[in-house]
Parts: sequence; C-alpha cells; structure tokens
Amino acid sequence: MELVFDTLLAGIRMATPLWFAAMGGILCERSGVINLGLEGLMLIGAFTAATLAYFTASPFIGFAAAGLAGAALAAVFGFLTLTLRGDQSVVGMGINLLSVGVTPFLTKIFFQVTSSTPSLSVEQKFIMAPTLIAVGLIASTALWLRFTVSGLWVRFAGEHPEALTSAGIRVLRTRWICVLLSGVLAGWGGATLSTMLASQFSRQMTAGGGFMAIAAMILGRWSPLPTALICLFFGLTDAVQIRLQGSLSGSDTAWMLQLIQISPYVLTLLVLAGGLRASRAPKALGKSIEI
Amino acid sequence: MAEPQSSSAIPVWVQPLMAAFLGLLISAGLVWIIGENPASVFGVFFRGAFGTTYDLGLSLFYALPLACTGLAVCMGLRARLFNIGVEGQLTVGTFFAALAGLYGPSQPHLNRIFGLLAALLGGFLWAALLAWLRAYRKAHEVVSGIMLNFVAFGLTSWLALNFFKNPSTQNPETVALDASLRFKSWTFFDQAPIGFHALTVPVAALLVWIFFRWSRMGFSLEAAGAKAEAAEQGGISVASMQFWSLSLGGLFAGLVGFIEVYGNTGRFVVGFSPGYGFVGIAVALLGRLQPLGILLSACLFGAILKGSLDLDFETEKITRDFALILQALLILLMSCSLPMPSALSSLWQRIRRNVFGTRV
Repeated sequence: MELVFDTLLAGIRMATPLWFAAMGGILCERSGVINLGLEGLMLIGAFTAATLAYFTASPFIGFAAAGLAGAALAAVFGFLTLTLRGDQSVVGMGINLLSVGVTPFLTKIFFQVTSSTPSLSVEQKFIMAPTLIAVGLIASTALWLRFTVSGLWVRFAGEHPEALTSAGIRVLRTRWICVLLSGVLAGWGGATLSTMLASQFSRQMTAGGGFMAIAAMILGRWSPLPTALICLFFGLTDAVQIRLQGSLSGSDTAWMLQLIQISPYVLTLLVLAGGLRASRAPKALGKSIEI
Repeated sequence: MAEPQSSSAIPVWVQPLMAAFLGLLISAGLVWIIGENPASVFGVFFRGAFGTTYDLGLSLFYALPLACTGLAVCMGLRARLFNIGVEGQLTVGTFFAALAGLYGPSQPHLNRIFGLLAALLGGFLWAALLAWLRAYRKAHEVVSGIMLNFVAFGLTSWLALNFFKNPSTQNPETVALDASLRFKSWTFFDQAPIGFHALTVPVAALLVWIFFRWSRMGFSLEAAGAKAEAAEQGGISVASMQFWSLSLGGLFAGLVGFIEVYGNTGRFVVGFSPGYGFVGIAVALLGRLQPLGILLSACLFGAILKGSLDLDFETEKITRDFALILQALLILLMSCSLPMPSALSSLWQRIRRNVFGTRV
C-alpha cells in the first residue's frame, strides 16, 4: 500500500512540469499557433530557475525569473511567426535548437563548465509548491477558456479568426498574449524540473518533456482537464518505470524498459492513426493572419 | 519552394546570403559581448574546418549525412510538408544497413549493394508510416514525426541491445561488419573517412534535381503543395502526392545509414546521430530547397560542425555548442521565407517601386 502511495506521489511530481507545458501548449494552439518550441522554452526556464535559485537562495525568485525568460524567448517566437509570418513549425524547432545551444553557452559563462549548474541545497529547492500552482493553473485555464469572454476570444482566434476580426477584436493581439503566456508557463515547467524534481540544471534535461506535453495535449483534445489527466498518466508511467529500473536491473524482465519508455508515444500515434486530430484540432491552427 | 516567377520576386540567393551574413554578425556580437575576440574565434573555426586536407576531409565527412537529411527535408517541403521525422528515418535506415551488412552476401560488392538497398528500405518504410498518417489519416506530420522519432530510437535500441549486441564491448552497439566490406578512405584526405560511398550523395542530389525539373510526379508534388484545390481539379491526387513526398524523402534519410555503416563505423551505435535530421532542416532551408544549394549549405554546416570542435581547447569561454547557436540562428533567419517571403517581398517591392521606379 505504501509502495502504491509513493509511486502515485512520484507520478504527480513528475507530471507537474508536463502540466505547466501542456497548459501553455493549449493556450497557444487554441489561439491558432502551433508551438513546437515548448521544449526549448522549458529548457531556458530550467536553466534560469536553477541559476537564480543558486545566486539568490530563493526558489521563488528563480521560478519567477524562469517565467520571464520563457516569455522572452516566446517573444522571439512570436516576432518571427506572428509579425514576420514565418512558418510556425520551423520557427518552433529553431527555438528548440537555439535553447539547446544557448543554455550550455550561458552555463559556461556563469559557472565555467558546460555540463550543469552547481547543485542546490535543500533550502534553495521547492518541495511541492509548483505542483500546487500547477493544479490551480489547470483549473483556472479550464474556467477561463470556458466561461469568460476573453477565453472565448482565444477560442475564436483559433477557430474563426475572421469572425473575431469582424467583432472588432484584434486576432493578432490575442495570439500574441497566448504565445507570451505559453512562454511563461513552459518556463515554469522547466523551473519545476530543475528546482523541484532535480537540484540543478543539466544539459538537455527536458529530454523530450515539451514534446510529451504536446502529445498529451493532442490526446486530451486540446482541453485542459483531459490533457492534465493524460499528463498524470505519463508521469505515472515515468514513476513506475524508474521504480522498475531500480528493481529490475539485471533481472529477466529488464528488457521491457525501453518498451515502457516509448509507450506514451506509441499511444499518441495510435490515436493519431484513428484520425482524432482532424476532427478536433482548432480549425485555423497554423494559419497566419494577414494584417 | 517554387522558382521565382516574376521579375518582382527576390532572387533565390539573396535570402540565404543575407541570413548567413546576419547569422555571422549576431554570433560575432555574442562572442564580443562575452569578451572573446570574434576574429580569433572565427580563425579557430576556419583552421579547424579547412586547415589541412585531413580537416577538409572531416568537414566533408560531416557534410555527407547533412546533405542527405537536407534532401529528405527538401522532398517534404516542396509539397509544403515538414518532415521532422528524418531523425527517426535515418536511425531505422542505419539499423537496417548494419544488419544487412552482417547477414548479407559475403561477396563485398554484393554486400554493399544489399546494404545500400536495406538502408534505403529502412528509411523509406519509417517515412511511409509518417506519410500514411499524414496523407490518409490527416494527422499533423510534425507531431507524428516527433513521436515516430522517439519510437524509432526506442525500438532500434531495444532490438540492437537485446538481440544483436556486440558481446565484446560495453558500448551500446551491434556487432561490427568485416573491415573488408567498408569503403577505403581516399589517400588525398589523409585518413578522413571519405571514399567512394561519398559519391552517392551528389548522385542523390542530381536525382532530386532531375525529379523536380523533368518528372511529371515532381511537378504534381509541388502543385499539390502550392495549390491543393487547383491540383485536385487538374486530376492530381493531393493525398497520394503528400504520401510520396514524405516517403520518398525517407530514402535520403536512409542513405545516411549506408554512409554511416559502410563508410564510417561499420555498425549501428545507439544514439550515433548528433541530430543530423534536425540540422537537415537548416540545410534544406539555407539551400532554398534547390539540390545544388543543399549540397553547398551541407558543406557549410559540415565545416561549422568540424570547426566548432576545436573551440573547446582554443578559446576560454566558447565551446562546441556554439555551432548549435549558429545553426539555430540560420534556421530562424531562414524560417520567414517559407510561406513565400510575404513580409520581405512586400518590402522588396516597395524598394523597387520607390528606388527603381519599376511597376510591380
């Protein structure tokens, strides 16, 4: 029983960064912008949080700064995709690559090594705070999109941008706000990785978390609650896998590990093959707006 | 994308040159800000990439897989599809090539041909999965491509480590094929692994050029990407064109496997690719989706990769990761050309109107 409870708790902790990133992804995509740069935004957030938590001894300052860093990188993304109307997918991948390159570059400048930032002590780390923030965030995202006027604007920006324009609301501005918010949220997701789950920033520590969040968003049909549940499922898969890794290494069933690892992706592909994406994705997703 | 049709369009080489120039300028600025001398850093780059014939050979060696992945990305983008699954496709291609080399015919030439076909098949099959999802299940190709990359990586490492692992080493790799099967390096490049296998790459580029210049399918493919409705009315099946643009691209991703196995390591090493598939995006964009341009930009990226390796030792604050920043800058600077450089070309037209007085 205690084992089950421990694994559950570990799963919730591991789902937290995904929750942040996936909510960011939902805001972005519901407003009609494909944000494949979530991974890179998380990475810059993870670096910023660990660095500031180390220098200021406060994880909260690190957390706040990670949101700002994510928003700053998201602003680059927004400028290239919304203002210059570059291809959203290409820019997103470019942002990821930029983040992978810039973070060790900065680590080297601040700490003279490229592999990781110094370890944080217990006082410089979070215990559970980001998880609580994430839970509140999921609820408020769901309520915002569903019950408020501005939430309606976001949905219209992604479904019928022309209708929004004729109602006198600027689509571009709505999308800008969503892109910046997704930067803040993904940055927080990264901060959770480096200052709650781990106790330092290390190279490419997101390890596909941004893409996991995208997968969860698709499986959750772009709505906050189902997406959060899928994230939780991914987190639990991770927790179980780590537990198995501990107890299985060297045993006969160790060969299963790689297969467990890819199971979330296989699941997403199966759902995609079922044609779900076409039926539920925001209609104007990925289409730029002529000003 | 499409060739410039009217005189008002920007010449095809303008943006790559501008991007390369701006990319260098921004990165020189970064170098300067952190207190290193840009000139000496670029000097390290230049010497590392072209200093000796061996360095030159290694630059070319890095350029080969990048040209392949660039061509693979290009095949998709010509039909306005973003093939991000190239990384997975080349992983499967390499895995196939390594196994084909081990279990194929023992006669060297036959074995190599068998290995080449296996590599191409591996890349093609994995790409066909992506293509089927996109063309017939209407799944977004980027998302499924990313998922397929993870699955390819997990599956091949699972198979390689559980069934074909080299028992004489701790490294995660398959049994190596016989050294006599691998291509000999040309003496000109002084041991750098460049041999006859390298010729497959320019041949591949030539085939792509012929395909888009003269084949009916090449034309249909671009038409399906540019104007889907018009193409459908003209009797072109957009779905099948989407299928072929992605899956034929997989052939070039698979070619990486042939080069890797028969020209370099002779085995499948888990995680051998330093993101060739992703850099291929930058290569294709900078090459403006023209085969010759892709070969040239692959050489540039190969030189950047090779040149950056010496940064670790020769500078104080800059490491090889600097190559990633440079690559990312080039992707971002080229990205705005994709939906036709609308913002940029309106600027260009305004300049023409005002400066040259041309009617647009």
